[in-house]
Amino acid sequence: MARFIVRRLAGMAIVLFAVSVIVFLVFNVIPNYNPAEALAGKNATPTLVKNTEEEWGFDKSLPTQYVTMMKKVFNGELTQYSPRIPVDERIAEGIPATLSLSIGAAVIWLFFGLLLGYIGAVRAGGALDKFITGFAVAGISIPVFLLAPVLIYFLTYKLEIFPSSGYVGLTEEPWEWFTHLILPWFTVAILSIGFYSRVLRSNMLDVMNEDYVRTARAKGLSERKVMTRHVLRNSLIPIVTLFGLDFGATVAGTAILTESFFNVEGVGLYAAESIGKLELPPIMGVTLYGAFFVVLVNALVDIAYAYLDPRVRLGASAQ
Amino acid sequence: MERVSGDERGPWRLALRRFLRNRVAVAFLVLFFLIVLFVLAAPLWANHVAHTGPNETHTLQKLHVGGETREVVSPAGLPIGPQWFEAGGKFFLGADSRLGRDEMVRLMYGGRTSLFIGIVSALITTLAAIVLGLLAGYYRGWVDAVIARVLDVLWSLPVLLFGIALGVALAIGGLKIGPLEISGGSVWIPIFVISLFTVPYMARPLRGEVMALSEKEFVEAAVAQGAGPLRLMFGEILPNLASTIIVFFALNIANNMLFEAALSFLGAGVQPPNSSWGSMISTGEELLTTQPLLAIIPGAMILLTVLSLNIVGDGLRDALDPRSKVELEAHTGMVELEPEGVSA
Repeated sequence: MARFIVRRLAGMAIVLFAVSVIVFLVFNVIPNYNPAEALAGKNATPTLVKNTEEEWGFDKSLPTQYVTMMKKVFNGELTQYSPRIPVDERIAEGIPATLSLSIGAAVIWLFFGLLLGYIGAVRAGGALDKFITGFAVAGISIPVFLLAPVLIYFLTYKLEIFPSSGYVGLTEEPWEWFTHLILPWFTVAILSIGFYSRVLRSNMLDVMNEDYVRTARAKGLSERKVMTRHVLRNSLIPIVTLFGLDFGATVAGTAILTESFFNVEGVGLYAAESIGKLELPPIMGVTLYGAFFVVLVNALVDIAYAYLDPRVRLGASAQ
Repeated sequence: MERVSGDERGPWRLALRRFLRNRVAVAFLVLFFLIVLFVLAAPLWANHVAHTGPNETHTLQKLHVGGETREVVSPAGLPIGPQWFEAGGKFFLGADSRLGRDEMVRLMYGGRTSLFIGIVSALITTLAAIVLGLLAGYYRGWVDAVIARVLDVLWSLPVLLFGIALGVALAIGGLKIGPLEISGGSVWIPIFVISLFTVPYMARPLRGEVMALSEKEFVEAAVAQGAGPLRLMFGEILPNLASTIIVFFALNIANNMLFEAALSFLGAGVQPPNSSWGSMISTGEELLTTQPLLAIIPGAMILLTVLSLNIVGDGLRDALDPRSKVELEAHTGMVELEPEGVSA
């Protein structure tokens, strides 16, 4: 296990380095602009551009530029245009809202996804299963772009069931925090509910054909025990990996869209607003931190997966 | 069940027969063609019905409907709602914003952009993935190590975030690779961004399949006949990947259209004055409480297009690789097994 962890963390370090190099290339090398002008902002004075150029060392060699960029990002020296405050501060302010949205959505999609998948597998072929399948296909297909406006228009504006947009801190008013987040949570979760229910259902149907399930039945376990202790538990293992990937992708993906539809003042909304203004430093900061977060989560999930399923770590170290 | 002697018909005709028997997939294929026709008809509608272009503004214009006069944009800045055929087809879906552009015309032209980006980027992704998959899967060794690592890194990136970053950076100054120069507002920027980040999703499975295929006897036979690497890769292995590629291609268009919509919605994709369904949603969202259709209709168009492509893609998979379907159904017992597909 220790060997697996070391290998996985080493792999993670390489990916983190690659990610930072890609961010550097994306902002400072590939585009056909003067990076100093782009970073200083649209209405920057010539002095500001000159200062930016010197600060970032755009006249130096590429490796030096890369090191300078990384130092500036992690020393909190990236600043947005107006007001000129550090990007780090704004990102830190947004983290509670983004995590509230992502973690809450994850809890909802795991609960409903696994519940529906379990029912679908136990009742495979029945009417309930077909209904769940239909729901899952609809859930997977409906894009955030349609779901969010429809929910906002009908449930918030027409029926006034849910409060209109915004984010209220959990520690300030827990109930308001909850009601403001219900719609965003479900908007993020609905795709994964559909997907997870499909995956769990087909995993369970695979596992049901295994010999140990037949053995469990043969030794006289009740159907419910066979399903929960043997079939469900073994079907959950692949879900762990999937969950890690999806959670990372949600924080750095769907959450951005959902936050801007529902005005949840998180990191995603900050990024979305910066895109509107074509402001590079915040986008650079959010991309780098977001990618680091995703890579970290994936590594942790792989380690958890290896812990749950010894075949993985044995297979990996045997390579 | 009627008996078909498999040897008289090629596998493609059998696959076509199986696909045509899947009524749902056929229905959604028809729907997809209708959507394509709809967006192709954009100039017809614009010139002969709406008499306006997608980017023409009509802020101060008035419509004469029956005896009454309606303002395209009210003094408060609210655009007119759907007129259907009351004004002879003008402002069929109303105006888009305080700029007073014809929403229907924009929907059709925006759909062209969305579909164009989806299809072209899927073509690029597919070509790149085929080449990378063949090289990595056939040569193995260091070639595979390099390609696989690069794909792994791209795969582990949060695509939307990086798509945004690259999209914005390129929108500011455009792209210049040697003699090739793309301006910041061009639709080729989102096409480039989307293709780049979706390649691993297709190249990785193809690489695996190439590896499996290159161990097969027919490849050995070709080697024995003296075939070189190019003929082996493109003449022997590639045709066997055709069904996988077709399925991936259909699903890839759907995926890329969603990616494009996300980028354009956030402002990192299609740049104004061009529109796509994604950017129309972000314009419409501002008027959600007064003119909800402005955001909902482009969203519904995205849903219909993506849904039809996904269902057609699944139908193609079932038709081209019947074993996968039989396996799935054998578990559930939901559908009667069709021995024809297996024996063929």
